Amino acid sequence: MYKEVLRSIDNIEIYPAISLVIFVAFFLGMVIWVLRVPKSYVKHMESLPFEEDEPLNPTP
Amino acid sequence: MNDTMLERFHYDNKIVKYFGAATLIWGLVGMLVGLIAATQLFLPEANLGNPYTTFGRIRPLHTNAVIFAFVGNAIFAGVYYSMPRLLKTPMFSKALSWFHFWGWQLIILAAAITLPLGLTTSKEYAELEWPIDIAIALVWVAFGANMIGSLIKRRERHMYVAIWFYLASFITVAVLHIVNSLALPVGLFKSYSAYAGVQDALVQWWYGHNAVAFFLTTPFLGLMYYFLPKAANRPVYSYKLSIVHFWALIFIYMWAGPHHLLYTSLPEWAQVLGVAFSVMLIAPSWGGMVNGLLTLRGAWDKVRTDPVLKFMVVAITAYGMATFEGPMLSLKNVNAIAHYTDWIVGHVHIGGLGWNGFLTFGMLYWLWPKMWKTKIYSTKLANTHFWLGTLGIIFYALPLYVAALTQFFMLREFDEMGRLSYGNFLETVVEIVPMYMLRAVGGLLYLSGAVIMGYNMIKTAQQGEFQATEEDSAPALAKDYNPKGEFWHRAWERKPVFFTVLATIAILIGGAIEIIPTILVKSNVPTISSVKPYTPLELEGRDLYIENGCVGCHSQMIRPFRFETERYGEYSKAGEFVYDRPFLWGSKRTGPDLHREGGKYPDSWHYFHMTDPRSMSPGSLMPPYPWMATNENDYSDLPAKIRTLQSLGVPYPDGFDQEATADLEAQAQRVVANLKDAGIEVMPNTEIVALIAYLQRLGTDIKAPTAESN
Repeated sequence: MYKEVLRSIDNIEIYPAISLVIFVAFFLGMVIWVLRVPKSYVKHMESLPFEEDEPLNPTP
Repeated sequence: MNDTMLERFHYDNKIVKYFGAATLIWGLVGMLVGLIAATQLFLPEANLGNPYTTFGRIRPLHTNAVIFAFVGNAIFAGVYYSMPRLLKTPMFSKALSWFHFWGWQLIILAAAITLPLGLTTSKEYAELEWPIDIAIALVWVAFGANMIGSLIKRRERHMYVAIWFYLASFITVAVLHIVNSLALPVGLFKSYSAYAGVQDALVQWWYGHNAVAFFLTTPFLGLMYYFLPKAANRPVYSYKLSIVHFWALIFIYMWAGPHHLLYTSLPEWAQVLGVAFSVMLIAPSWGGMVNGLLTLRGAWDKVRTDPVLKFMVVAITAYGMATFEGPMLSLKNVNAIAHYTDWIVGHVHIGGLGWNGFLTFGMLYWLWPKMWKTKIYSTKLANTHFWLGTLGIIFYALPLYVAALTQFFMLREFDEMGRLSYGNFLETVVEIVPMYMLRAVGGLLYLSGAVIMGYNMIKTAQQGEFQATEEDSAPALAKDYNPKGEFWHRAWERKPVFFTVLATIAILIGGAIEIIPTILVKSNVPTISSVKPYTPLELEGRDLYIENGCVGCHSQMIRPFRFETERYGEYSKAGEFVYDRPFLWGSKRTGPDLHREGGKYPDSWHYFHMTDPRSMSPGSLMPPYPWMATNENDYSDLPAKIRTLQSLGVPYPDGFDQEATADLEAQAQRVVANLKDAGIEVMPNTEIVALIAYLQRLGTDIKAPTAESN
């Protein structure tokens, strides 16, 4: 039964293909960006939940 | 930055307190209702002999209460505490905050009244009828407007990862809720789904799966990224990982819906797509878990003493377990076992009790002393709660895994003669009743822990002094900020509206790729010429089936396995469901499948079985419905129902709405005559007559001699 439904939709295989391509491209772009991001930015971002005067436990 | 430029402002703790208290109160209610439902599964007397408290209506009450009331209020408490502090601004509008709070509580109240009354669409986690759906949409938009308004007024240039999760959750839930709730109203409390059969199922589980993702998962990851570093007093392990994890998660989640319908009448491509993405989901999910647990590196000594961290560690571990199990369950051969059995119930409770429950408890144990400027009233009681809760989860989940496997292996066992070893479904149910008892014990332990927490929270509040507002100061954001060398992500997340649009596109691409083929499916379901619309009496019977939540225990979907076709009959075809609004495939079999129930037994069997199930099936767990034999149905809205279905495309002949009542009465007389032959006297307008007519129709269309495909 699945096959009948499947066959009757034209070019059905395009959907999984599109989704895969979009996702892989986006994912690779993001990973490249993340690897290149400056350390100062990361330091600032991860300290956002804390007050400036709040002493943080040093990370080992 | 010059100190004279600092601006002073106040954070509002009162709204956090209200949402937090609502979390606790609704949590206790939801868990209690859950415990009652669990008890009903081994003690049918606990249905209390009236329609309002029977399992079919209590189950959606439990799921809605814990998901939208308990977890929902917890999300809002956490967002209203963390967001202003991360953005260095009070929330955008106090009026919106309070509209959000009271609106949400009223919606919960409306759900608590309408669900026991049987006013339901029967679509899981979207049971509420259309007027309440509209109210949900309004309140949800108010919440989103409040968040985006705060982002525009912020004094911190960059958005911390927690806020990304909040925004993505807001957008996605809005899209899901609106698309899935589309229906055509018959009256104030009744509507028919805009989708039918296979298409309705696809849309519903696209919603169902993503509701789990974007209501129970992403907002809580946001809470984790704020409250865990706060409680451990150290920054998140890897901020970079959180970026990758965020985008991968929201991108993939939307694509994973179809695995909820594996082995059912769903096109193969949709299944394969769903399975592939479900398996891929494990990577971003575990990214979150690893990031959470490693945040505690070097602080594990604190976990031994601090109940807040204890709760959070178990929560994150449960998240890791559930998100490992999820992709495994999407594998076809595992899904064949788990689908329709208690495995799924166990799985969702690892997520619900462990991840959502424990993270909520941890967050509230941390928030209460902060907001009342005191210490927790009793660490000992908090630890007791922790252990009761943990034992509760174990006692809840383990018996259900045992029950699921036991039942599955019994169901598919054949003897040497090639017949089913346990031909009667009930034999397999009786076998797992002790597991149901143990599960209820687990629920009781978990609930007792939560009661202790309520006491501890009240005492903590009493010994401290509530800080209605907290002062802070920060410089205003410089205008025209556009440094060189900042591009891509770093620049995007400085621009919240742009970022929101981007996240929307991400989820819409996923949504569209799944929804477009779904729309195509409608025209591609092979029609079966012998499948006809329901007669008026059957339609009314079907609406009773919906009202009473029969779908909570009975599926209407026979999978193409030998042990299912031997037991229930011919496997289900997509073309058989074209007039089903909503679809009633179900997601759990506590009783047998009913798709081929029509014609299996005489009308009188159904009469006796409905009024006292144990008279026909000794040992049955089904609650008795004696009132159905005397409750009279008012068919005044029948013409309106017919007209509504006609506008949705059901091919009743023109002017049928005027003939429907006569048609209904004639069929009712036939059922009454059949029952009279068996010595049973009933009025033709009683509920039982309509229900019997519907049950006798189920799955019979394809047996008609003209059956052919396309």
